[in-house]
Amino acid sequence: MHLLATLEFPPIGHLVEWKSFLLPGFNKVALICVVATILTLLLFRVAGRQAQLVPTGVQNIVESIVEFVREGIIMQTMGPEGLSWLPFLTSLFCFIFFANIFEVIPFIQFPAPARMAIPLSLALLVWVLFNYMGIKSQGFVGYMKSSLFPPGVPKALYLLVTPIEFLSTFLVRPFSLAVRLFANELAGHLLLVTFAVLSAALFTKTFLVVILPLPAVMLVLLTGFEVLVAVLQAFIFTILTAVYIGGAMHPEH
Amino acid sequence: MMNLVLAAQNADELLKGLGAVGAGIGYGAAAIGPGIGIGIVVGNAITAMARQPEAAGMVRTTMFLGIAFTEALALIGFVVFILLKFT
Repeated sequence: MHLLATLEFPPIGHLVEWKSFLLPGFNKVALICVVATILTLLLFRVAGRQAQLVPTGVQNIVESIVEFVREGIIMQTMGPEGLSWLPFLTSLFCFIFFANIFEVIPFIQFPAPARMAIPLSLALLVWVLFNYMGIKSQGFVGYMKSSLFPPGVPKALYLLVTPIEFLSTFLVRPFSLAVRLFANELAGHLLLVTFAVLSAALFTKTFLVVILPLPAVMLVLLTGFEVLVAVLQAFIFTILTAVYIGGAMHPEH
Repeated sequence: MMNLVLAAQNADELLKGLGAVGAGIGYGAAAIGPGIGIGIVVGNAITAMARQPEAAGMVRTTMFLGIAFTEALALIGFVVFILLKFT
């Protein structure tokens, strides 16, 4: 047992809580959010300043992002009427991606959405937006009717269906949207911490050093996996936003 | 089991241990359903893509939506695990 004396998982507070600096409440998580916002702005500013017909360099990247959001997300879920949401969805995608990717950037290594406040505020923004769009395009009564009383259900079943629809549309949607991003990022962070702690603990002069490559290689592989998760979660958050807004604008008949 | 209970001299230690056991079992149980569900979603999506490669884009989008909804349950289980284990 004494061989692995240094193997001790740090308490969760050490992993996700940071000291404030400059301003009260302004900590590492807030700084990452600010940096992610600036990076998003800068990316499109730099690419759009000298837009050329034949794109080069950073314009290539930005055009493929916009193309991806337009063809892969909006056209698949909202149809051509949703194209006015392209700027919002593109910036949402980029912001979440940049906030996530700090998980694997050396010396920062913390994804901002691993604190509940960030995904929760994004999910509440989406909640307000899709309800606003629903009320705007169908009127309050029409929106409530289409979201609480789905057509094609026997009359008596509405006693059961309406409460379920109310819960799932207005309460579970923002909750699951926030929790999905939060839990994925926190789980990824804890996973990387676990393997980093294990690698550090095995870095000893005892015979245990022979199994050191296992967690170390796993750590490298998981870092690559976290990049994948960062992109995937940004994509899923954006596509669910598009589905919710599109569904509020055009109810099923 | 009884010896274990007696060995934990103070109630705090016992509570902590049982909490950890519950958290572990809870997360394990929460991962079963979504694991099977994601398997079914992705398996059927692959079948659809293999049968109709021209519809692959649409199938992929829908597949990710299905994964997202199924995975939410496992993630809620993970959050419960964190709450039980660390608070």
